[in-house]
Amino acid sequence: MAEWIMRQLPALIILVPFTAAPLAYLLGTRFGRPVGFISALLSQPLAVLLAITVMREGTLRYEVGGWGGPLGIDLVADGLTATMVLVTTVVGLFVTIYALGYFGDRERYRFFWPLWLFLWGSLLALFFSGDIFNLYVCLELVSMSAVALVGLTLRREALVAAMRYMLAAILGSLFYLFGVALIYGAFGSVDMQTLREIVRADTTAQAALALMTVGLVLKTALFPLHFWLPPAHSNAPSPVSAVLSALVVKGSFYILVRLWVDVAQPMAFPGVSTVLGILGATAIIWGSLQAFRQERLKMLVAYSTVAQIGYLFLMFPLVTGGGQAATDAWMGGIFHAVSHALAKSAMFLAAGLVLARFGHDRIDGLAGLSRRAPMTAMAFGLAGVTMMGLPPSGGFVAKWLLIRASIEAGQWWWAVIVVTGGLLAAAYVFRVVGPFFSREPEGIDDLDLDPGRSPWAMEGATLALAIGALLLGVLGQPLLDLIMVSAPALVAGVTP
Amino acid sequence: MTWETTALVAGVAAPFLTAVLIFALGEHRHAARSRVNLAGAALTGTAVLAAAAAALAGAPDAYPSVGIALLDIGFSLRADMLGTLFAVVAGVLWLITTVYAIGYMSHASDRARFFGFFSVCVGSAIGIALSANLLTFFIFYEILTLATYPLVIHSGTPAALKGGRTYLTYALPAGGALAVGVVWLNLIAGPVEFTAGGSLDPVLASTHAGSLIVIFALLMLGLGVKAALFPLHGWLPAAMVAPAPVSSLLHAVAVVKAGVFGIARVVLEVYGPLGRDLGVTQVLAVLAGFTIIFGSVRAIAQDDFKKRLAFSTIAQLSYITLGVALASPIAIAGGIAHLAHHAAMKITMFFTAGAVAEEVKAYRVSEFDGLGKRMPLTMTAFSLAAIGIVGVPPVAGFTSKWLLGVGGVDAGAGWVIAVLGISSVLNAAYFFPIIHRAWFRTPKPEWAHGPASGKPEGDMRMIVPLVITAAIGLAMGVFAGMDLSPASWAQAIAGWEFPW
Amino acid sequence: MSQTDLYTLAGAALFIIGLYGLMTRPHLLHKVLALNISSAGVFFVLVGIARRVPGTTPDPLPHAMVLTGIVVTVSSTAFALALAKRIYSETGIAALDASDVDAEENAGG
Repeated sequence: MAEWIMRQLPALIILVPFTAAPLAYLLGTRFGRPVGFISALLSQPLAVLLAITVMREGTLRYEVGGWGGPLGIDLVADGLTATMVLVTTVVGLFVTIYALGYFGDRERYRFFWPLWLFLWGSLLALFFSGDIFNLYVCLELVSMSAVALVGLTLRREALVAAMRYMLAAILGSLFYLFGVALIYGAFGSVDMQTLREIVRADTTAQAALALMTVGLVLKTALFPLHFWLPPAHSNAPSPVSAVLSALVVKGSFYILVRLWVDVAQPMAFPGVSTVLGILGATAIIWGSLQAFRQERLKMLVAYSTVAQIGYLFLMFPLVTGGGQAATDAWMGGIFHAVSHALAKSAMFLAAGLVLARFGHDRIDGLAGLSRRAPMTAMAFGLAGVTMMGLPPSGGFVAKWLLIRASIEAGQWWWAVIVVTGGLLAAAYVFRVVGPFFSREPEGIDDLDLDPGRSPWAMEGATLALAIGALLLGVLGQPLLDLIMVSAPALVAGVTP
Repeated sequence: MTWETTALVAGVAAPFLTAVLIFALGEHRHAARSRVNLAGAALTGTAVLAAAAAALAGAPDAYPSVGIALLDIGFSLRADMLGTLFAVVAGVLWLITTVYAIGYMSHASDRARFFGFFSVCVGSAIGIALSANLLTFFIFYEILTLATYPLVIHSGTPAALKGGRTYLTYALPAGGALAVGVVWLNLIAGPVEFTAGGSLDPVLASTHAGSLIVIFALLMLGLGVKAALFPLHGWLPAAMVAPAPVSSLLHAVAVVKAGVFGIARVVLEVYGPLGRDLGVTQVLAVLAGFTIIFGSVRAIAQDDFKKRLAFSTIAQLSYITLGVALASPIAIAGGIAHLAHHAAMKITMFFTAGAVAEEVKAYRVSEFDGLGKRMPLTMTAFSLAAIGIVGVPPVAGFTSKWLLGVGGVDAGAGWVIAVLGISSVLNAAYFFPIIHRAWFRTPKPEWAHGPASGKPEGDMRMIVPLVITAAIGLAMGVFAGMDLSPASWAQAIAGWEFPW
Repeated sequence: MSQTDLYTLAGAALFIIGLYGLMTRPHLLHKVLALNISSAGVFFVLVGIARRVPGTTPDPLPHAMVLTGIVVTVSSTAFALALAKRIYSETGIAALDASDVDAEENAGG
């Protein structure tokens, strides 16, 4: 029996939110909320079980419907997939708890639950996809639900931000699909396992990789194609912003990593990976500077995401050379994605608490917050520690690995960027946190919180995510091991 | 887990757990918070003393250690003699400072925040002391930087926020330099643990000389900020905007000693003889010597009492740096002993500053005329500590200066005697006038008849601790020859660090 | 030039035309239509690839991919149109605001 469950895990994990989503829609707001909560709870042991199984037995493969490739859809779980599933599930749980309080049972937000559960399921399906066409389908599923969630409040700014996001998302997916088509034309398969063995660098294939990269870079909001992210992430309701910054952008990044480091690795130009690294470095600097200049808290956090995404792209130039540098860069990049997910969601949830309590998120109006809302201030500060890459945080471990990889690869300039990025992040974090401690001016009023909201649960969830990011900094070794399970040959220290 | 490793973990964990409890209790349960805080401090003090006993028993080959896997180096603690010396200083003084702080902050706001972050700072300092390798050290070092910030800006005034910004502007880039240095070093030398006498393979001096020199510079940049080495000392006077308990424990003991302790670890237990072969410790020694003179000269010009103490601290810290950078076990012993001696004496002085500020609202030296009449116990303790810093026996400072001087000659650096001599004269120049003013100048009319009849000269929770710490400073000097004195402990340590 | 290559080039041309329209036309309906044109371009490519080995029955897998793509495009177009309609009723203009027209042209920043 236990054996059977383990075999079915990929399907089970995806089915839980996908079953809960239509149920939540059909049952309406009153029962939709408990459905969402139960789905979130059920997902936890399943994700942990997946991680343990993958650690013990290596890559897990599931053939949907028993058909198998090339016509059937295969779900594949290696260390990277299990890691992304785990972080999606954990962040999802705390965002769910927060959302229960944040939205209450108000009718105008009744579509949050079906949409959120659908987004959750689509993300999981994306991480499990075993072929590149299924990745296209999942990308679209994720984007559509995310766009809908951005516009959930039906405020004018939110609608416009959602539209911009949608146009960018569809465009990105089209570029990606074009690439899939060309790859199929060149090699006759979309299955990633098959492609791994037969792919080689010819013109069509490289054009395909270029197209897919452009599309995915647009969807991951890498500078300079990041224009849609700040309005979308700042105008969405805060639990949605948390999920967008923490998880949704990591979805398209995941696909980029799969292509560049794993499947299409022989086609990777060192030149292009350096360009990606330079764009990443520019994103770090530019995003941090822009964050510092913002007046609204959520815009600051959104630009922080633009900057932090830059770190992820430093992975590409460091991985191409293989060797120990590649292993360290791989671990550092993925670990950064995980820590950022925890910390950034905490930051957005904290911003949401500020909005709910004070009715605004103007940074200049937050003096004395440590006295008024200590847990919120603490959560924001602790999340900032990860952004700065300081110990004890997952961000620090990631930074350590990236610095080490740059020195090992002889490309020490990335180390300088990483350290500078940390200092710039400190500038915008302390710009917000410093005034938290100041003598507060008279006359800040608390809004009456909606009686349906339970601030304890919301604050607890926010703080839990921030503390989780810190714990990764000391107890993160098992996760690093998980990331390395069945890692691609280039980074596993295995000569192909 | 044996009792040794339990003591080791407890010493580091207890302050952090205390912090969590303090934050959870919230702002208004003052009595409960004080009890939790004192219990935590007492537990921590006991644990670090037990760890020191374990270290003494296990010296020099079988130190107890415990750790978990992290990256390729590991997050590990170890109870060795050098580490437990610092841990005991921090842990025992925390208990005394907690009593003082409860008294000092009795009318202040945001006490939960204050005592919570204070506990985190102490936990980090003990973690720094008991780290077994550079990664663990770095983790606690940066936690200390972060946790000190809310304490520096505690009063929330624009001046406090500015002081905090200055502090971060020094400390955060230093952390960056330290990070790069540690990562690079671990790349070249592998996952090195602190080892008495140096852990780097001597072969590396020939193969990677250039890299090792740059790494040393980076490490000194990172550690030198907290150690207030010229020109990285600028944050310390600016940080005096913090409340007195912060200045006492953190800026006289925990934070700054973490910096010099780190320098001691790197010079003695990482680089070892390579420091001399590469020429870097000689540069460090000269820089320390310069800082000693520089700090002392600047101190004379300060009228603000705490700023004068700050510059004195800058100078005194470099005694420790100078000691460990010289090639003589006697000098090393002098430097390490001074870590404990200076802590006791300087904390007394900062306690005095706080007590005087709270009781009679005097913040500048020019306002101290006749203070000895109004606050006799306080000024006696201060005077004792002052003559200790100047180096007059039998107070502790004399012992460490003596060892430093002899060691300097032993190391072939006779200029050290000159530096010590000049700085002692300068120390007298900035401390003796205070003593003179307090005892021999005409007091203000309201002070002329001593403390108000029947009432103590100030809040006893502040006065008693400073008397105790002054007494400790005296005892360290008088009993320096005994086996468990800091001086003897330091000499034992130096013997193993410098076996040739 | 084989039939497949012809379709691929035609598809690429449609894709670029749609891309151009998306970037230069401020009106939301035009943008949505432009994306549809680009999608059609990609489907062209896929259909052409189905016939990459002439003389045999066409490969059904790209056909399946095109059908999936059409379904995705139809639903996302419907969603986009509903969103555009809503924006028009809220703001009175069927466009992202004026400054974003420039942003779209420069594709970023």
